[in-house]
Amino acid sequence: MADELITPDELLSKIDHRPSGAGWMDTPVDIRKGMYCYAANPKSVETLGLPNARAWNPLDDDWKLPENWQQIIFEGFRERLEKFRSFKVFMDICVRCGACADKCHFFIGTGDPKNMPVLRAELLRSVYRNDFTKMGKILGRLGGARPMTLDVLKEWWYYLFQCTECRRCSVFCPYGIDTAEITIMGRELLNLLGLNIDWIATPVSNCYMTGNHLGIQPHAFKDMLDFFVDDIEEITGVQVKPAYMEKNADILFITPSGDVFADPGTYTCMGYMILFHYLKEKYGLKITWSTYASEGGNFGFFTSHETMKRLNSKMYAEAKRLGVKWILGGECGHMWRVISQYMDTMNGPADFLEEPVNPITGTKFENAKSTKMVHIAEFTADLIKHGKLELDPSRNDNKIITFHDSCNPSRGMGLLDEPRYVIQNVANNFYEMPANTIREQTFCCGSGAGLNAGENMELRMAGGFPRANAVKYVHETFGVNMLACVCAIDRAALPASMEYWVPEVEVTGLHELVANALILPGEKDRETDLRGEPLPGMEE
Amino acid sequence: MNKNYMVSLIAVITLFLIAYVGTQQGAGLQMVFGIIVPYLAIILFIVGFARRVMGWARSAVPFRITTTCGQQPSLPWFKQAKIDNPSCTLGVVARMFLEIVCFRSLFRNTRMKLKGGPHLTYQLELFLWIGALAFHYAFFTVVLRHLRFFTEPVPFFVTILENVDGFMRMEVLYDAVQQGLPGVYMSGLVLLAAALYLFLRRVMIPQVRYISLAADFFPLFLIMGIALSGIFMRYLSKVDIVAIKELTMGLVTFRPTIPEGISGLFFAHLFLVSVLLAYFPFSKLMHLGGIFLSPTRNMTGNTRQVRHVNPWNYPVKVHTYEEYEDDFREKMVEAGLPVVKMPEEQA
Repeated sequence: MADELITPDELLSKIDHRPSGAGWMDTPVDIRKGMYCYAANPKSVETLGLPNARAWNPLDDDWKLPENWQQIIFEGFRERLEKFRSFKVFMDICVRCGACADKCHFFIGTGDPKNMPVLRAELLRSVYRNDFTKMGKILGRLGGARPMTLDVLKEWWYYLFQCTECRRCSVFCPYGIDTAEITIMGRELLNLLGLNIDWIATPVSNCYMTGNHLGIQPHAFKDMLDFFVDDIEEITGVQVKPAYMEKNADILFITPSGDVFADPGTYTCMGYMILFHYLKEKYGLKITWSTYASEGGNFGFFTSHETMKRLNSKMYAEAKRLGVKWILGGECGHMWRVISQYMDTMNGPADFLEEPVNPITGTKFENAKSTKMVHIAEFTADLIKHGKLELDPSRNDNKIITFHDSCNPSRGMGLLDEPRYVIQNVANNFYEMPANTIREQTFCCGSGAGLNAGENMELRMAGGFPRANAVKYVHETFGVNMLACVCAIDRAALPASMEYWVPEVEVTGLHELVANALILPGEKDRETDLRGEPLPGMEE
Repeated sequence: MNKNYMVSLIAVITLFLIAYVGTQQGAGLQMVFGIIVPYLAIILFIVGFARRVMGWARSAVPFRITTTCGQQPSLPWFKQAKIDNPSCTLGVVARMFLEIVCFRSLFRNTRMKLKGGPHLTYQLELFLWIGALAFHYAFFTVVLRHLRFFTEPVPFFVTILENVDGFMRMEVLYDAVQQGLPGVYMSGLVLLAAALYLFLRRVMIPQVRYISLAADFFPLFLIMGIALSGIFMRYLSKVDIVAIKELTMGLVTFRPTIPEGISGLFFAHLFLVSVLLAYFPFSKLMHLGGIFLSPTRNMTGNTRQVRHVNPWNYPVKVHTYEEYEDDFREKMVEAGLPVVKMPEEQA
């Protein structure tokens, strides 16, 4: 964590939710350290063949834009208005009622009025009015219109990378206006000028070339899983054998590479491996990993629709190549937005796969019969319901758990009860956070949509404040010490946010809890959980 | 003082005066404000509205980006939120109905407060929902009631509506003084009160004041002007209602006429209505049409079950498995990972 990061008290004292002073059009953007991410590395932009690869610095006056950048934005805008009804309708129908204003975690945490969803959209709408509407052309500023200038562009960039596309505002909007959609379009336009951030561009380039965001090459990927094999053997006495790119396996498993890379995601990854071993030993189910399709997440989604499609294509391509029956997806947030609402449309139809059936229980996953991709929480919930897993929930008894709904599975899919069902079957202590902060009203971790960098820590902590504050509430009320989630970004982002706001709470994935409780055939008497912490009753 | 609402207020007052003065004895612009402008306004409204909606409809819907506000249909023992996360047309219709008729999403509205501690709270905040409902339903009732002026005979439902709307009476019934207003229509008063509330929250709530444009105040003042002039005519100045109906019937039967004895107040009222109609398609008021087309609400959430087709889907450049294996073959073989081509087979 950056050492100059301000303290929570300082951060809170800066928040003022009552905007004042000059109107927003007269308040120029101030690109502030700690609130923005570094510019994209030109090499990454080049690898992907995206426009205007060059070194640039957001703090410089000169952003090294193409000569005709205004024309590029104008034409890009027009093209997207035709290609996306969402964009066009959302540009036109906002009445500025303000219902969205205090729903955004970034507004709550920063008090910056341009982080009100409505105003974030107005940054684009003002230009839209100027360039594409009669009223805007006639009335100009009085009609809320303004021409596209370099300052406006910088403002776009700064605030479009202060939105995590969490869609919480769209739940409350009387017209369903979705700021994520506006941010997605805005970032697409910025990418036409080469104005991406490096925390997105480089993972995308990595993912394109090596199959995952972290740029883990195939042999290294196997090495990392081998480490987990050793750890698992040490803890359980059982040696698991993950399969790699096994032709004609039953199921291809794809999860975010973050789970392979860093704690506490790694424990979730070990959880998957333990579960798959169990299913293979007990029921002969063959699940394979792939190093080519070794990324569930899709930072392309934060770049452009086209880039999203380019990265996502590997899932179906690899499933087809390997001849599996269907695909199982790990715990990840935006990955599931892409799978749920984009994949089949972009890269389908996946007619080479079978409609997913759990071969162990016979359950048909009707809800996934077209995409042919099942969420592991659905899969595990089904196994538990049919009594196919031997579980000892008491092994999680020292964990007092609450569940953080990730934005995308909640508001872009509706995966709400499945993870709760799993938690309540593998652990005994579960408490919900307040109703206005969970399920479809859940708050973002503060670091989604590619904003999980180190240099924008103040922004992340501010954005993570509402979520952390709800955790703090259950921590103080019920003694919650474990925050469970089904998202790799959460597992990377929430530990920092917890450390900052509620240091007594740790973060876990769902399948870490499952694997702690799961009794493997032939396992030794376990003394520790997957983290090497003593199990309840095993403390010295 | 806020420039945005002052400009809007002055604009509405000016519009009112133009019509009022223009139709006084001697100015003689009754034809303009009683016939030409209303016809032009109606044409602008219909053509503008249709063009706007057709413009939206022309844009593609490449992805099904439903905002799911409840449990998805998955395994049989999880109860699906059939309306908030619909998977069939009926669910979508119910969702849209609740959205359009009951302002469902606004009903969720909460108000965030940051207290010491620090402690964030979110309280249910229904004033906006109530204000919006009152405003829209009062407006709707007023519009329906005005059908009296454009139909002969007056349809039964308009009469019923008038009776319900005019249920409240304001009368002084003493032996000495018997004074009363004609049946007081609640809708007009509610409309005015709700518009006033929506205006006040725009200027009083700092966030809403900050985001408000002139285009947010102008229609509010316009509607307040229409309501005020209407109320004034009905209860205080007692305009010649028979003459007015002759004019309005003339408009709808395309035999326009300007009867004698219609006051300037009526022409000003009619002019403000005309301005509202003409302004409508070019403004945020188009949310009336747009709400039906909002892709986060009007589609099913079962995208994994039923494939959505993108009309402009196009092939993209991808990094294939073969290219990937070419990049990493030696390392893969060394790590014991399966490959399709062994290194020696490489050309």
